[in-house]
Order: sequence, then C-alpha cells, then structure tokens
Amino acid sequence: MTDLSANSAPQTAPGRHIPDRLQGPGARLLASWELLLLLVAVAIFIANSLASPYFLNAWNLSDATFNFTEKAMIAFAMALLIIAGEIDLSVASIIALASTAMGAAAVAGFGMPALVLIGLVTGVLCGAFNGVLVTRLGLPSIVVTIGTMSLFRGISFIVLGDGAYRGYPADFSYFGQGYVVWVISFEFVLFALLAVAYHVLLHRSNFGRAVFAIGNNATAAQFSGIRVERVKFILFLLTGLMSGVAAICLTSRLGSTRPSIAAGMELEVVTMVVLGGVSILGGSGSIPGVVIAAFVMGLVTFGLGLLNVPGIVMSIFIGLMLIGVIALPRLWQMWRG
Amino acid sequence: MQMSVPSRQFDQTQADGPVLALSGITKTFPGVKALDGVSLELFPGQVTALIGENGAGKSTIVKTLTGIYQPDAGTITLAGQPVRFATAQDAARAGITAIHQETVLFDELTVAENIFIGHAPRTRLGLIDWPTLRSRAREILTRIDADLDPDTPLRELGIASKHLVAIARALSVDARVVVMDEPTAALSHKEIEELYELVDRLKAEGRAILFISHKFDEVFRIADRYTVFRDGTHVGSGLMSEVCEADLVRMMVGRDVDQIFPDRVHNPGEDVLQVVGYSHPTEFADIGFTLRQGEILGFYGLVGAGRSEVMQALFGITRPSKGVVKIGGQIKVIRSPADAVENGIVYVPEDRGRQGAVIGLPIFQNVTLPSLRRTSKNGFLRLAEEFALARQYTERLDLRAASLDQDVGNLSGGNQQKVVIAKWLATRPRVIILDEPTKGIDIGSKAAVHAFMAELAAEGLSVIMVSSEIPEVLGMSDRVIVMREGLIAAELEGGDLTPETLVRHAAGIGAAAETTAGDRA
Repeated sequence: MTDLSANSAPQTAPGRHIPDRLQGPGARLLASWELLLLLVAVAIFIANSLASPYFLNAWNLSDATFNFTEKAMIAFAMALLIIAGEIDLSVASIIALASTAMGAAAVAGFGMPALVLIGLVTGVLCGAFNGVLVTRLGLPSIVVTIGTMSLFRGISFIVLGDGAYRGYPADFSYFGQGYVVWVISFEFVLFALLAVAYHVLLHRSNFGRAVFAIGNNATAAQFSGIRVERVKFILFLLTGLMSGVAAICLTSRLGSTRPSIAAGMELEVVTMVVLGGVSILGGSGSIPGVVIAAFVMGLVTFGLGLLNVPGIVMSIFIGLMLIGVIALPRLWQMWRG
Repeated sequence: MQMSVPSRQFDQTQADGPVLALSGITKTFPGVKALDGVSLELFPGQVTALIGENGAGKSTIVKTLTGIYQPDAGTITLAGQPVRFATAQDAARAGITAIHQETVLFDELTVAENIFIGHAPRTRLGLIDWPTLRSRAREILTRIDADLDPDTPLRELGIASKHLVAIARALSVDARVVVMDEPTAALSHKEIEELYELVDRLKAEGRAILFISHKFDEVFRIADRYTVFRDGTHVGSGLMSEVCEADLVRMMVGRDVDQIFPDRVHNPGEDVLQVVGYSHPTEFADIGFTLRQGEILGFYGLVGAGRSEVMQALFGITRPSKGVVKIGGQIKVIRSPADAVENGIVYVPEDRGRQGAVIGLPIFQNVTLPSLRRTSKNGFLRLAEEFALARQYTERLDLRAASLDQDVGNLSGGNQQKVVIAKWLATRPRVIILDEPTKGIDIGSKAAVHAFMAELAAEGLSVIMVSSEIPEVLGMSDRVIVMREGLIAAELEGGDLTPETLVRHAAGIGAAAETTAGDRA
C-alpha cells in the first residue's frame, strides 16, 4: 500500500504531481469514529466486570451475544440502506410475517429445509415490495416502510390473533440454540461471517462504492452512469433477506411465533446503525463501526441485566447513550471553538 | 397610499470615502488559506468589479461581508464605523444584500412572497400585511421593468425571471451595498442589457455595488473601479479608466495570457453519431444532425432554446418521444446515463454543483466512478489501479489539489470541472458533450479548457459543445447548429459562421421567424 505512486500510469502530460493521500492509515484510524466507539466498548466491558462478579464468565458472555446477533444481522444491511439515503422501518414486521409463514408451514408438516427457504423467501418478497414502491413509484422510503410496518405485522395478527405457532421440528432449533464449538453459538458465527461479508461488500466492492456515491449525491451519481434505482432496489432486497435470516434465528431460539415477535426491533436496529457512526442523512458510515456498536449495545444490556436493572430503565440508558455518543463529538467541537 | 418603495438618496456626506471597507481580512479553512490579509473598498454610487480566477477568494470575501463567514482576522468598517456581522441577518440589517450565482429562492412561494421573505410588512397584530406586500412587490417589479405578476408561483418562472425576482428582493431591503455575483451568467443578451440599465439606476440612487464577473467586456462596460484578487491575496485596485484589459489579466493570473483560440485543422473522419427526427413532448422537436470523428460541433442558442434538453436526452436523462440515435451506424436505445456511457457518450453538465461531481467523495473515487469495471477485478475494488487511473487523467488536466484523497467539495469550481472531465475521459468515450464548459470559469482556466478540447478532437474524440458565448462558439467549432425554441434554426459552417448569423438565427430575426417569436412573447 505504501508504494502506490510507483505503480502510477505513465506521465503523459506535464501536470504537477498530486499525492494519493496526505494521511497515512495510522492517522486516519486515530481520527476515526470507530476508535472512539471501541474505547467506549472497552470502558463498558471494564465497568461491567467490576460491577458484577458474574460478568467475566464464558457462558454468560456467550449468552450476552444473543442480545445483539439477530439485530446486527439486519443492521448490516440497514447500514448500507441508510448510507444510500434510504431507510427500512418495516424490518421487525418482516420478521413477524416471515416467522408466521414458517410457523404455518411447520404446522402443515414441512421440514427444516423448507422452513428456512420459506423464511428467506418471505423476507425477500417483503423487501421487494418495499423496493418497488420506493424505486418504481418514487415514494419516500420512510413513509413506505412505516406503512408496510403496519401491513406486514397486521397480516401476522390476522393469521394468529391471540394464538401462537409452536411445534417446530427439532432440527430447526439449531439456528437459535446450537453451538458450533464450546461457547461459540451458531448465531455468533453467522454474525461474524455476515460482518465480514458486508464489510467486503461495502468497503471493497464496486457495489459498495455506488452505495456511497448515491448517498452523497444521487443525482450526480446517476449522471456518472450509476444505476441508482437498481442499487437501491437491491438494498431493499438485502434488508428483507436479512430480516428473513433474523426471523429464522429468532423463531428457532424462541421455539414459537406470536404476532408480537420482535416488536420494536426496527428502532434498536436503527439505533445500532447510527451508534456505529452511519450518518442518518446518508453518505458515510462503516461496517466495523456497526459491529462495535452491536457489542456496545449487547454489553450494556447484559451488564444492566446482571445488575437486575428493569428493561424500561435499560431502554432509557440505551437512548441516553445514543444521544450522548452522537452529541459528544459536536460538544467537543463547540468547546474547542 | 404612501407606501413608496424605498429609493431615497443615501447620505452622501462622506461621498469621497468608502461606504464599506474591509481590510486585513484573513480566513482559513482546514488545509487552505482562502483569504490572506485582503482589503476591499466599496464607494457609494459606484460599481466596483471584483476580479480573480476561480479559487482566488471572491466567493469567500462575499460570504464574509454578508455575514455568512466570520473572518479570522481583519476589520470591516461601515460608513466609518467598525462593525461585526455575526450572522447573515446582521449584514442584511446593515443594508448589505447579495444576489448570488445561485440565488436561494423558494419555488413554492409566489414572486411577492419571495421578494419579502424575512421582512414582510406586518399589520398591527403582527400578521403579514398581504395587500401592502403585494402592492410594494408590484412597485418594485415596475421599477426594474420586470413584467411579472406578484402572485405567480416562482416555480412557473424561467431562470431569467427568477433572477429579476432576486434583484427585486435585493432592492426591497433598501440595500446600501448590493453584491452581484456573476449576475449575467444565465441571462440572454437582451436581459443583460436590462440588467446594465438596472445597475445604472442603482448607482444613481447612491448604492454601492460589488460586481463579480469573469467577462471583461462586461466589467469595462459597467464598473467604475476594480479590485483584483489572486490566490487569496489582494493584488491591486483602482479606477477602471486607468487600466486596460491586458493589465487586469496580468494582475489576475500573474502572467500574460494568450487569449487566442487554439489553431485547429478541420479534418473530420467518419460519422460517429447520427440523430434523426429526435423529439420530446415539450422541450424540442425534429432534431437531426451528424457528428463526425475528431470534430467539434457547436450548439448555439439563447437560454431556453432546448440545447441542454437535447443533450440530456442523448445522455439518457430524459426520454425522447420520437427519433433515432445511431452510434457508429447502429441504432441504439439509450434509457439511462449508464447506457449512454456504455455506448461511449458522456456528458459534462452545466449544473456542476448538483449534477457534476459527487461532493463528499474523494477526487479519485469521483474519477473512477464510471470506470470501476476497468479498475476492479471480479467486482472488487483495486485501490492501486484507481489511484493510477485518477492520477493519469487529473494530472493531464493540471488539477490543483492537495491529494487525490481530498473531498472534491473542497476544490474550486474550475477544479471540480476538471475532475468531472477527467472522470469522463477515463471511460475512453467516443463522444463527449460539454454543456457550457467555461461558464463561470476564469480566463486562465478557460484557455486551458479550450486547448484541451482542441487536443481531444485532434486525438479523434468527437466533441459537442453547448455554449452561449459567441467568441467561444466561433473560436472552437468546426460546425455550429443554432437552436431556437426547441427547433434547429440553422446549421452553419465555414464562411457562414459570423457573430451576425449566429445571433440572427438564434433570435429568429428574419421573415419566417418573426411570427413564432411574437407568439412566444
């Protein structure tokens, strides 16, 4: 990487030399949001281990990862969508619909592979529905997905009412309850693999570059030959797909489906994305940031849980943390002048 | 009713002294010293021209004296009193108003509302006094000879009329100092003349005018004084009557500039692009032309003649309703810019801010955006290839930048334009369409763009140049198509290419054209 300039094309013209970069990788890391967030995560980790003797236990920590793995899977796709300047608030409702579809299939006697397929296809179809409304009809995604948020979960309510689906096949439980080795759960491994996949997609692929270009200026991106609508449509498909994946994991972990499954999760996913340094206005953000934000949220929830703090107080704490972490850099700038 | 539009003579007691004086103004942005101890004086009843290349600091000083930027050092004196403009409102209250290159107006509001937004006349109850607002708006519009209905929503107006609204707005605040930042850039000849008259009227009323322009004929026509900036420093000021154009150019660029257009040999090759019967429901009809290899084809016309619309249809932004496009003899259907780029047609838009560079992305990513397929492998980015490609084209265009990783948003307008051109050349196109390529660009960069266009044509690239500047059209084009009201009015070549023929066809002066021109008005 240090020797990029040596590779440059033959100098055909007398133009003056322009360096590739002024800052080295070290300086860029030091100035990054991810580093700040990592320090926050470490601080919370230390605080937790001092506050509770049960924290530093491999099995407890393993349990703690379930607080964020499913949300983070969706958050990866959501990060791309938000960077591109769109949003999907229907993700938790897609989980409800996908879970309901799987539950109905399980009752009808379908086996594990069919259930997985049904979960994924439901997610993709929901994403496609959102995507068509946004990209073909040009409707604002925040309105479309607030609408489909009610629609998807509404269908689930009509099908299930007060009832619940249970009786998933035994081999279906592996996705939410299985361990690959020792304390490392299947969900955690999937989370890690998806983190790498989305990192490569966003930061190392042509597709990811198009996502950033669209988020910064969709018109100029279109004028540069980017197929803006196509990219956005794919992003809605991906968000739907990841909601389907999360639905499989969550349903498998709970072993049952109620229409209220994953209620309110969309806001936690968005919180995770924004906490991870993705600009809610689009155009900037990173997957490592979202990964660290997932750990931060997981650690906070788990630590407070160990201290027997009630759920509502936890959500107050998460909300304050989000505002605090977003406001701190701004306050710092104002204080410095 | 005694609601007369303010047009009083300003206090001329210190008629010899400047009404507004800035001195020692320094303004630093991260990595750039935009202004370095510059001074600027504006005198009542006089027009001061501010001259400088792109990036010389003209916009920064305007933003400083209108309270948008706070200077790091230096003083501002208004009528002898030191002042500080903490906000744009402060500056407006002190009687300083600006008509910007891209004036901020509100499309959804009416003409009258736009004129008085922020300082609408109020009734005793504190509500907006609509009858007064309308009548005062009408008065101001009459005063500037603008034939506009105050109740028309702004979105229904063309760009020239919007400009008049911006001027009316500036007059409505009883401004002592009026800043005009390239006010003629989007105007036709007739409108420019009207603007000159308006400026004369403002002068007669004792207002001080700061006039920013790249056009020397304009500056000599209208300004009493000049101030020249170069690279954020003050190079000189004085009376226009004591300088000639060459002096100003020398001060501006720090060297003598050859203003002659590059010598070109018109030696076109085979047909590259053929357009037949191209029509659009509202913008243009029955457009047909042929572009040959290595040729520069000029498109001349008045603002609103439909030239940009034709180009944007060729580039896949808008869909034509009829017509055929042949590239290299084969019929192609272009539905999106991506299709156009694949077929070797690229477009450098006039609206650089919105459609040109992707502000927020670094320079190298802007350059490689349409060429990623070439710099990447199996869909994965290869940064070394990207930097190499970006370097090859940006250095060829003599881009001035701190590094290729710098946000394009930090570059001056001329350098952003170079990034956009570099982006397209990197795709190795067959046809490059340049829409007003030198609009708002200083004279040094202009000559560079012209030389570069000639070089591209000599290398076999076919160039379409949409331009409203007659010297540029005449100096650069092998052939010229003149458009008027969405139709091709003439195709001119060789000896037929004169300023008179261009203007005559563009304005529709001639037996056949008279009636349609009348209908339009």
